[in-house]
Amino acid sequence: MLHLILFSVFGIICVAGAVNLLAQRHPINSALSLVVVMGSLAAEYLLLGAEFVAAIQVIVYAGAVMVLFVFVIMLLNAGEEERTEGSRVALLFGIPGMVVGSLLIAWVLITHSGNVTVAIGALPGPPKTIGWLLFHDYLLPFEVTSVLVLIAIMGAVVLASRPESTQRKKEG
Amino acid sequence: MLSIETFILVSVIKIVITIGLLLGGVAYTVWLERKVVGHIQNRWGPTRVGPFGLLQPIADGLKFIFKEDLTPPHVYKPLYIAAPMLALIFALTSIAVIPFGNWVTIAGIHTPLQITDVNIGLLVVLGITSLGVYGVALAGWSSNSKYSLLGGLRASAQMVSYEIALGLSLVGVLILAGSFSLREIVDAQGGTFWGFIPRWNIFQGQIVAFFIYLMAAYAETNRVPFDLPEAETELVAGYHTEYSAMKFAMFFMAEYANMITVACLASLLFLGGWHGPLFGPPILQAILPLFWFVLRVFVFLFIYIWVRGTLPRFRYDQLMAFGWKFLLPVAIANLVITALIVAARA
Repeated sequence: MLHLILFSVFGIICVAGAVNLLAQRHPINSALSLVVVMGSLAAEYLLLGAEFVAAIQVIVYAGAVMVLFVFVIMLLNAGEEERTEGSRVALLFGIPGMVVGSLLIAWVLITHSGNVTVAIGALPGPPKTIGWLLFHDYLLPFEVTSVLVLIAIMGAVVLASRPESTQRKKEG
Repeated sequence: MLSIETFILVSVIKIVITIGLLLGGVAYTVWLERKVVGHIQNRWGPTRVGPFGLLQPIADGLKFIFKEDLTPPHVYKPLYIAAPMLALIFALTSIAVIPFGNWVTIAGIHTPLQITDVNIGLLVVLGITSLGVYGVALAGWSSNSKYSLLGGLRASAQMVSYEIALGLSLVGVLILAGSFSLREIVDAQGGTFWGFIPRWNIFQGQIVAFFIYLMAAYAETNRVPFDLPEAETELVAGYHTEYSAMKFAMFFMAEYANMITVACLASLLFLGGWHGPLFGPPILQAILPLFWFVLRVFVFLFIYIWVRGTLPRFRYDQLMAFGWKFLLPVAIANLVITALIVAARA
């Protein structure tokens, strides 16, 4: 019972953070709303029994990715956005599309999940289980993903170092 | 199992005692720092308030409370007010999973000397401390002043960079212990090699990791020689330039609380936690583990202060190069070697 109440509370906080992200005009407020979304998602994972995923969610997303977001906003000194009337495309297609999409997801979830509900805390995710899955059952996908990340890092290094090398050519 | 009422009562008592001890520790670490740095610089440090200036922290606290709480007109108010709170909240929360000693039985209640024992304790501490950067970064941004902004920028870049080396230096310890639970990591360090060398992780080949942790921890807590976010010779006071009275004090308390947490973590992970020689009557045997733990934390804090009194500040590019080009490769090498040794042993 307490689990259910907490789960709903964090769910509401999560959705409220997401709505606030869109409603805020200042980028830093939006970024902080996203931190709230990440934090409440971590709390949801924790309530579902996936402690490891919850901790990683906080460390990676709230603690590293969002810090870099905030860092970039601070570095560029991004000001408040101007509020526009909104494009006609968004009004005509965007909002109906969103409504239809969310109804579709809700319908699929309600009709296809049947009467089987997963009890809270029934999906235990201790670090050992996750480690075994990652480094044994799904070793190849995991390693392929890490190569993908490596390529992304190399791309970032190349992009970041380009101006300096052209400068050197000019000087030389 | 305890009944729910007893559980809540015991938890509340433990929280009050731990937070009280932590804040007392913060106050007297400040006193210790002023005293030790004073003596290093051939001064006396605080001497006027009470014997050896021992009441100085209380006087300072009162002064902070009664000072005018000035809010400059050019700040972005919601975040300006929230930033010191965030810094202090995250600094105080991370102590929740730190164990101070073994299980004890007081008045028939069997309880660990720790607010809560979670099996991912180390990850919880890392997660909460990684959120602490928001307090500093947002303070710098919301103050709307160039010095604060530079301080905030430096803090966020520095803390994200050094977190990687810090995290990797701990993985070796995790491989040896095979657990994220701080209690199990300490338990794995009990006993001795050949009867006289304690089985602390630092003597189990993690000595390199310990020094990486030490250096990364200085950067994480914004302490000399890595106190670039508040470098007073270049940035006035860095991210807290525009803060006064209790809001400033909250940043100060957060910094020292973080120092204590880092010192606790170092003693638990590398220095054998509360393990130490036990002797004397039962009551002394019950208190000694706590004493050994506090002694380690004290030594670690003393080294912190010693370093502050000795070393000059790094330049910012030196700091970044040191973190990424030296600490990180060494941490990865240490991790690979530890993993190979453990795999060869198994």
